[in-house]
Amino acid sequence: MIKRDVVFLCALGLAGSLLAETMRVQVQSGQVRGTPSFLGQVVTTLPYGQAVETTGAQGPWVQVRAADGQAGWMHSSALTVKRLAAQSGGAAVSAGASGDELALAGKGFNADVEAQFKAQHADIDFSWVDKMVKMNASPVQIAAFARAGGLKQIGGAQ
Amino acid sequence: MTIRLFPLFGGALALSLLPTGCSTVAEYSTMAGQAAGVITAEQAQSINRSAVAAEKTFQDITPEQEYYIGRSVAATVLATYKPYDGAALNQYLTVLGQTLAQVSDKPETFGGYHFLVMETDEINAFAAPGGLILVSRGLLRCCRSEDALAAVLAHEIGHVQSQHGLRAIKKGRLTSALTVFAVEAGKNLGGESLAEVTKAFEGSITDVTSTLMNSGYARALENEADAAAVQILTRAGYDPRALVDMLGEMKARLAADTRGFGKTHPSPDDRIQHVSGLIGEQPVAAAPAARRQRFDAMLGLIR
Ligand SMILES: [Zn+2]
Repeated sequence: MIKRDVVFLCALGLAGSLLAETMRVQVQSGQVRGTPSFLGQVVTTLPYGQAVETTGAQGPWVQVRAADGQAGWMHSSALTVKRLAAQSGGAAVSAGASGDELALAGKGFNADVEAQFKAQHADIDFSWVDKMVKMNASPVQIAAFARAGGLKQIGGAQ
Repeated sequence: MTIRLFPLFGGALALSLLPTGCSTVAEYSTMAGQAAGVITAEQAQSINRSAVAAEKTFQDITPEQEYYIGRSVAATVLATYKPYDGAALNQYLTVLGQTLAQVSDKPETFGGYHFLVMETDEINAFAAPGGLILVSRGLLRCCRSEDALAAVLAHEIGHVQSQHGLRAIKKGRLTSALTVFAVEAGKNLGGESLAEVTKAFEGSITDVTSTLMNSGYARALENEADAAAVQILTRAGYDPRALVDMLGEMKARLAADTRGFGKTHPSPDDRIQHVSGLIGEQPVAAAPAARRQRFDAMLGLIR
């Protein structure tokens, strides 16, 4: 029965990935930091779908090594054990590849589909969404905000 | 070595224990199996072929797809609610919101958390998938302190980290969109396929947006978001009792208002009762003057 095989494979797969220690970047811009903290200096940035080897962990932070040898710490929420659909398309997301490549990379809903949606809904304006996604506070600003407000010192692996 | 990766493995583990829905399991297991090098790509393909008509759920949505869904949901909401065009207040909300997101269980999403004020007296807030969070002037006026405002934003971050928006997508929508792709894999996605995926996308945006704006989430999901808010506030050093204070103020202001939260959220009384049971007895240091001053200066802009 397929079902039994599948459950067996699933168990194997999960157990395997826990030991194999290969994970993939699941955010647009995967920041690898020098220390396990959002205040740690960014040593390199990895694209969506990029594989990394994990070599250790501290709280929610995972120590990683990329294929090019660059090493550092990433927050576990930026990583997944899943093989992302955009396996070959990581670079496409950040570099803005041609429509077809991005469609393949993105599997399903992507920039092309958004463009179609926009074309069919002229009344829906994306300009504030585009502004919003650029509104950011830097880790240094966040640390200063927390300090001035008497909050807990945050950002690191507590 | 303690490694806190349970949120990442949890979904796949839960799926592997399901007695039915084995095709969904097939997809997950082949992904995990391939990542671990246990099975070859060819083997994986044949397993996936048998599962090609599998029902897709919100868990099959990749972070990149979630990001694109969130963008269109936010744009659709902003077609009804005008953005508040004031840089100082929006930046204050951004710093506060990103501070809270950093101590949540999911500080990183594909495109990150972003915050914007909506220019309306209605008491309302929306968390679009992936982390685009919109809060109305009316809801800001329910906040008497930065701690209370933090409670509002932390509740919305709770909806984002548990992917509540994606759960509103109706069964069947994703199956067509993601199955079309599976069949077309290796070819360019153009013409009819793109049209079909766009249709599924449009339907998904409608499902999420109408849930956010009209029907609201199930009570259990609101409780989950409130519990996340208490946890986030505590981790950041805010007083979680500010959530109760904010809900009390909301109750007074909501009165007979059936718009916004009056329509989509459990009553403030019900939420207060639930939240009170989650808050410990431990005393929290009073807010320093600097925290009170910056809050008063910013909220003074819209009072
Ligand atoms: Zn809610």
